[in-house]
Amino acid sequence: MDNTEKQLFEEIIRDSQKNKTGRREFLQHSLAVGMGLAAGSALWSSEVAAETPKKGGTFRVGVHDANTSDTLDPATFSSVGQIQIVHTHRSFLTEITADNKLGPDLADSWEPNADATIWTFKLNEKATFQSGKKCTAKDVIASINHHRGEDSKSAAKALLETVKDLKADGDYTVIFELSQGVADLPWLMTDYHLAICPAKDDGIDWESGDGTGPYKMVRHDVGVSTSFERHEGWHREGAYFDKVEFTIINDPNARQTALMTGDVDSITSTDLKTLALLKRNKDILIDNTPSGSAITLPMFCDTAPFDNLDVRLALKYAINREEIIEKIMFGTGTVANDVHISPNMPYYKELEQRPYDPEKAKFHLKKAGMDKLSVDLSATDSVYPGAVDMVSLFSESAKPAGIDINVVREPSDGYWSNVWLKKPFCFVKWGARPTPDNIFSLTYAADAAWNESRWKNGRFNELLVMARSELNDEKRAEMYGEMQLLAKDDGGTILPAFVNFVCARRKNVMHGPSVSASWENDGARAAHRWWFA
Amino acid sequence: MNDVLKIIIKRLGLGLVTLLAVSVIIFGAIELRPGGVAEAVLGQGATAETVAAYEKELGLDRPAPVRYFEWLGGALTGDFGKSMTNGRQVSELIAPRFANTLFLALYAAAVAVPLALILGVMAALYRNSIFDRVVNIMTLTSISSPEFFVGYILILFLAVKNSYFPSLSNVNDDMDIMDRLYRLFLPAMTMVLVVTAHMMRMTRASIISLLASPYIEMARLKGVPQSRVITRHALPNALAPIINVIALNLAYLVTGVVLVEVVFVYPGIGQLLVDSVTKQDYPVILACTLTFATVYILLNLAADVGAILSNPRLRHPK
Amino acid sequence: MTTILTIVGLLAGSAAVAYAFRLFLTLVLSGETKKAIQTAPLTATFGLFVILIYIIAAVFAPWIAPYGESEIVGASYAPADSAMWLGGDQLGRDLFSRIIYGARNTVGLSIATTTLAFIAGTTLGLLAAIKGGWVDQVLGRLADTIMAIPSLILALLLLSIYGTNTLTLILVIGFIYTPLIFRLSRSVAGNIVVMDYIEAAKLRGESSWYLIRKEILPNAMAPLIAEFGLRFCFVFLLVAGLSFLGLGIQPPTADWGSMVRENATLISFGEFTPLIPAAAIALLTVSVNFVVDWMLYRSSGLKV
Repeated sequence: MDNTEKQLFEEIIRDSQKNKTGRREFLQHSLAVGMGLAAGSALWSSEVAAETPKKGGTFRVGVHDANTSDTLDPATFSSVGQIQIVHTHRSFLTEITADNKLGPDLADSWEPNADATIWTFKLNEKATFQSGKKCTAKDVIASINHHRGEDSKSAAKALLETVKDLKADGDYTVIFELSQGVADLPWLMTDYHLAICPAKDDGIDWESGDGTGPYKMVRHDVGVSTSFERHEGWHREGAYFDKVEFTIINDPNARQTALMTGDVDSITSTDLKTLALLKRNKDILIDNTPSGSAITLPMFCDTAPFDNLDVRLALKYAINREEIIEKIMFGTGTVANDVHISPNMPYYKELEQRPYDPEKAKFHLKKAGMDKLSVDLSATDSVYPGAVDMVSLFSESAKPAGIDINVVREPSDGYWSNVWLKKPFCFVKWGARPTPDNIFSLTYAADAAWNESRWKNGRFNELLVMARSELNDEKRAEMYGEMQLLAKDDGGTILPAFVNFVCARRKNVMHGPSVSASWENDGARAAHRWWFA
Repeated sequence: MNDVLKIIIKRLGLGLVTLLAVSVIIFGAIELRPGGVAEAVLGQGATAETVAAYEKELGLDRPAPVRYFEWLGGALTGDFGKSMTNGRQVSELIAPRFANTLFLALYAAAVAVPLALILGVMAALYRNSIFDRVVNIMTLTSISSPEFFVGYILILFLAVKNSYFPSLSNVNDDMDIMDRLYRLFLPAMTMVLVVTAHMMRMTRASIISLLASPYIEMARLKGVPQSRVITRHALPNALAPIINVIALNLAYLVTGVVLVEVVFVYPGIGQLLVDSVTKQDYPVILACTLTFATVYILLNLAADVGAILSNPRLRHPK
Repeated sequence: MTTILTIVGLLAGSAAVAYAFRLFLTLVLSGETKKAIQTAPLTATFGLFVILIYIIAAVFAPWIAPYGESEIVGASYAPADSAMWLGGDQLGRDLFSRIIYGARNTVGLSIATTTLAFIAGTTLGLLAAIKGGWVDQVLGRLADTIMAIPSLILALLLLSIYGTNTLTLILVIGFIYTPLIFRLSRSVAGNIVVMDYIEAAKLRGESSWYLIRKEILPNAMAPLIAEFGLRFCFVFLLVAGLSFLGLGIQPPTADWGSMVRENATLISFGEFTPLIPAAAIALLTVSVNFVVDWMLYRSSGLKV
């Protein structure tokens, strides 16, 4: 089959999956594209059957980045392992779907008032905890409140700052009262910290591992392995595997070997160095998913020499993004344009790509009244493996522009507390955030605690507040478009690339036409979305 | 014999002092490090506010000496406290993992110690022969590669290219002993390759250095065959340094296996220790290091007693 | 069959090199050393030859290596060609140049740490053996305390406090190895100090320093030399292990241990890249120990 034919077939197959096409029509279609009856029939049974989810089997996943100090307490979640686990045994109010849209999870529907200061979530009445208890508004409120309040140690505290009050209206309605309009609130509810746990006396019971998710946790050996069984009577479609087993494999070689020898069916991260070699293995499929997870190099806009816009622009032109993606990410990255909105995020606006141009960098440097520039750039490999190499590459590519970047390797201990937000120029990696408002309020707003570049642009901040409560989609898109342009041309952050999620699975593990870009393995929801052929 | 008993009791007492010193050093080192458990756990989410809340909840806002003595008080009564990160009892966290580590170490030692002794004696017996050279080159090459790399190579040939053994050594409680030995074959062999060379070379060197002694000369002149000279006359006198090296290597098998555990995904105590070091979880770090230290002290005591028993001169110091 | 032929060929080649090198040495040297070299086995001269090559590589690295240590020459994993003899690494740096620079960094680091540990460890160990009493007790307890902490963990803690530059790395690893050497020399000397000739020397009123130098050290040399040969190589491994955990020598500085680590995963696909630095370490280990064996043989005074 050549490519167009293949595409046509994929379309037909997809239609048949959505029950638009029966077997008869399928065969007619195949005859129409010039395929024999036998071949069409064989294709039906293999590809379509494989793409129709069926139940059964034990799904074994090799998970990276988890350790023995991980807890089940949603307030302190940070590792990939915790994120994979929480999406398997608990649920959230909403979810990011496989095609990166917002979809229902525990909440069936949600409505804002006119200025988006009050949101009403209707819960799915079928939802139960694995222990058999019904999931009600009380559990939801307790779970959200776990991250709020004076003495909360939750990393999601900042996310919920605008939440003034939470109220229940009957058993299945939760009302959020906000201090200002937030149009994105339903998106925020997909954050991995905001998992719903059963309420108890004055808080939540996270210790037992009871949840409303697709699988019930039956054995949890922290930092070693976790086993699940299907949660019969789960409130949603899916959960095709009978059992799910996560094995924590932090060593990339061990993880890949386990996949090749068939000891696991899927791994959450591959070794990029050997990706090309792994691709040659006929039993293995690679999911290389562009994501919103970004590398940023913030420069303090209130500190010399970065307080000069031309210096910032010179540095932005002096970085070779393609080379970084080729050599550090082995092709598994997406070129970024100094804006923290990735192509798969809502309201993304395509702007002219800033090239690597040492001449232009020189030009801006001259405009700033310098013919040479020497700056320190801090990095550590614990934030992103290859961070120091990446910064070294930047240093090499900036030399022709007369810019001398001195690579400072920082200790990994306390990097977030001692370097980030403290040193004027450093290396940072961000996880994917669902919406522009989310990431802009977190790291670009003038008064944000995490305004990592200390960038204070009047127009930008004005637009940010306006867009936040704007419920008209078109107007919002326009505002976010302007903000992206401002961030690109005036902002204090160099964004070389977005990081792809590179996961791998064995050939018999199937998934739908697209996978979610929010976390590894289909937004950490492989366990309930995927199936065995 | 009573002398030996006295020495053992004295050494056990000194061992306790050593443990105390170790705990002070480790606690001090953790306190000296930049950052703390709250920063390490919260990562990027560590704002001044959340860090303060975290530290308050765990009582970390109190001065270091207070916390140390509180911990010491608990430890003396057998309570090693709770993990700062996941709130579980430390003893509960450590016990099953330590059992796994010991099992693997004993497995490797059961192969490595006899192998090293036999190879060492043979190499001394036939020194400078082809056999001696080949054994030397092989053992030296095997310790020239980092242990994780030796592991990778074993996996390549025995798990990927030929599926004789599993590449993951994930064991659980309901496996029988044979199954465990089978699943642990590759990590155990990796460790055998790593420690055999050291012990073998020490055995060989100690024996050779004795061969010039007058009493060996005497034995030779009497017409005692070479093999008997070595096994009956030289070996017993070479035992002290050999036992010492064996003890060191046994301790290494228990304490130095972090990388092997990582490569073979084996749930031992080393991985737990490294994890808690990165998270600065001091109750777990202290408990793990003290467990290791105890193993080390006991092995050394055994080595010294062995040395004393093997050398009558040491038994009666002048 | 080809493997066997290659091995035989390599062995024959090494033997020829060793023979030629011995011939060369006997021509340029004279006196006592010449006599020693003349009687040296081929393995020892081979070892000496390899060590000499490594020293030349280390000292003259900037002149031998075609490219700089961190210079990016071509594409990632560029195949070997006339410009890059061994191909490129993951950033497109010349692997051959990095191996040469690695000799300087890795061997330099190993020599520095091992020498440090041996001087400190042996001196303290012999001192403890002679003095006995409280000196012995205090030193012994100190050594026990340090050794009771697993070396990887101690290194991890110390390096995270003091930072990871080359000097701290040398001091930390030297510090960690000192008690090991102390214990070994103490235990070897322990067997010697109970000998009658030491008693006699003590009665003669000789100083401790004399006892160490003239009476004990020569008799304790054999196991110490053997230990040096191995300990020297263990430094590579500890550094490689540390870099496995994200500490160790920092990039872009080339060192063999980290080079094995960086490319280790390639071995699972039968690629030979990580074997090159590993082989560089192995060849040096074997060579050093060949020479050590020869010295042991000479110091033991065996004529058999």
